Amino acid sequence: MEKNIVLEARSIEKYFTDPAPFKVLDNINFKIQQGEFVSVSGKSGCGKSTLLYILSTMDTDYKGELWIGGEAMKTKSEKELAHVRNAHIGFVFQFHYLLNEFDVLRNVILPGFKLDKLTQKQLEEKAMFHLGQLGIANLANKMANQISGGEKQRVAIARALINDPLIIMGDEPTGNLDKKNGEIVFDIFEKLSHEAKQSLLIVTHDEEFAKRTDRTIIMEDGRIING
Amino acid sequence: MKATLIPQISFGLMNARFRQTLIAAIGVTFSIAMFVTLLSFMNGLNGLLDDLILNRSPHIRLFKDIRPAGNQPIYNTEKYKNDYHMVSSIKPGDSRKEIYDSGAILQALKADDRVLGVAPKVAAQVFYNIGPIEMTGVVNGIDVNEEKRLFFFNNYVTAGEADALQNVANSIILGKGAADKMLAKIGDIIQVTSGNGEQFSLKVVGLFQSGLAEIDKVQSYASIRTTQKLLGKPNNYLTDIQIKLKDINSAPIVAKEYAALFNCDAEDIQTANAQFETGSSVRTLISYAVGITLLIVSGFGIYNILNMMIYEKMDTIAILKATGFSGTDVKRIFIVIALSIGFFGGMAGLLVGYTLSAIIDRIPFVTAALPTIDTYPIDYNAKYYIIATIFSLVTTYLAGFFPARKASKTDPVIIIRGK
Repeated sequence: MEKNIVLEARSIEKYFTDPAPFKVLDNINFKIQQGEFVSVSGKSGCGKSTLLYILSTMDTDYKGELWIGGEAMKTKSEKELAHVRNAHIGFVFQFHYLLNEFDVLRNVILPGFKLDKLTQKQLEEKAMFHLGQLGIANLANKMANQISGGEKQRVAIARALINDPLIIMGDEPTGNLDKKNGEIVFDIFEKLSHEAKQSLLIVTHDEEFAKRTDRTIIMEDGRIING
Repeated sequence: MKATLIPQISFGLMNARFRQTLIAAIGVTFSIAMFVTLLSFMNGLNGLLDDLILNRSPHIRLFKDIRPAGNQPIYNTEKYKNDYHMVSSIKPGDSRKEIYDSGAILQALKADDRVLGVAPKVAAQVFYNIGPIEMTGVVNGIDVNEEKRLFFFNNYVTAGEADALQNVANSIILGKGAADKMLAKIGDIIQVTSGNGEQFSLKVVGLFQSGLAEIDKVQSYASIRTTQKLLGKPNNYLTDIQIKLKDINSAPIVAKEYAALFNCDAEDIQTANAQFETGSSVRTLISYAVGITLLIVSGFGIYNILNMMIYEKMDTIAILKATGFSGTDVKRIFIVIALSIGFFGGMAGLLVGYTLSAIIDRIPFVTAALPTIDTYPIDYNAKYYIIATIFSLVTTYLAGFFPARKASKTDPVIIIRGK
């Protein structure tokens, strides 16, 4: 019997119409199981980022079906999709997208506030726990724009974890980091996957990175060619 | 979602752009302060000018107008009953100028509970004699006590005492302008010639200044009895009955009723001072227009600043959306920013406006035309403060609405990929 499936794509297709009609994604089918560490890799322009944004529910202009945590996304409203992103998806971007207006701790707990399942105290404790795990507990009260790039990316991971998501998605999360920091981030992902059974879907063009994950989906010209 | 989350994020964003936010808020403060000050000052002036007329005008004036008989003999002739009647050159007959049966009318009016007070009056055309020169004037015979109670007569008596009219026989209070021409002081005796040619000596017991120089050159006041003697008329002779009502707005209706009831002419204050009302309402309209323009201009200021803020905060909007905030949440964040600017700017504006009004209220304003006024008038009506508050919130809401809607529709994918 199959393990829990957290995410499933069924024959997803997407077209760009501007400047000329062009098929970016063609018949994408795959499943991600609980605890799996999956990377999507391929050359620049093969559609892997486009796919990720569809999977993350931020891009709704596609054909086919997307299931997250056993629910179909196609029929959901903008508000419901926002809730799905809030509760079930943790995001780590290539550029360390933190809110510069707030300190590190606040950045981490904002999605938790939005979800409103835990009290502020519980959220702060949880955030401190994650920051501690990522080795940056000492930065909790610094402003987001006062810390280094590698540190920002770790804060972003802590933020992605705050609501115990079904899956963490990353768009080139190490792409903008130096070797050492990239290594740290990868180790964190690996640890999350193996120890906390956290599902991860990471888009990367770094083959080194892709090779070390549990499973690699390789894309070319909008199709999956293996995986 | 916690109710405080949206405001927290809004305040975080404002804090990060503190100076811009402050400038937007100062814009609102300035316009609200100006709005409140302008309207308080303008309406203070309006009130002052209204009082100038309204305080001294009866709500209804009963009098007997000079006019030809309404029922000409030919109308009643059987022979021409079915014909058109064209009578040329009709002249008024030698009708009486006094109000017929004035004693009974006064009693009836005093019994009417819509009436606040009644002041009878006798107007007499006279000539003031200044050496060989004769100057036309009007002596008003008045009931001093009622005149004081209803029309604040003693406010306008700038020298001497109003009460002296009752206590000193054959006394007169001269208009300031007339007194200046006659070189008359209090205690002097002046000569006047009545309409039928008789000369009288009257003692000046006071000077009167209405604020309208033309009136002060002509009008003067004496007691009713003195005026009746001037005219050589009996003591039931009255030319005017001035009525003050409890409700000024009912004056036109009540005037019609009295005209029919007492068989005389009745003029209500609204008709008599129509041009004055128009002046007041136009001035009010202009001040509202200027005030609202100020608010709209500050609204555009807020619109600009929010628009700029949204362009700067595209990243923030994208992250919020990616981490689970819906378009509505993002819209609310920016609306809260706009409303906070409007609210705090507006509150400060009310304070500044009140302070400015209070300062203007203390600036000396001495003018010969307005004997009862010594500082600029201010109307501290809560109405202006309420209108200003509501308007500041509405304009800032509208100014925030469009940028906020744009932010809510921003596609996070485009921003995140665009880097």
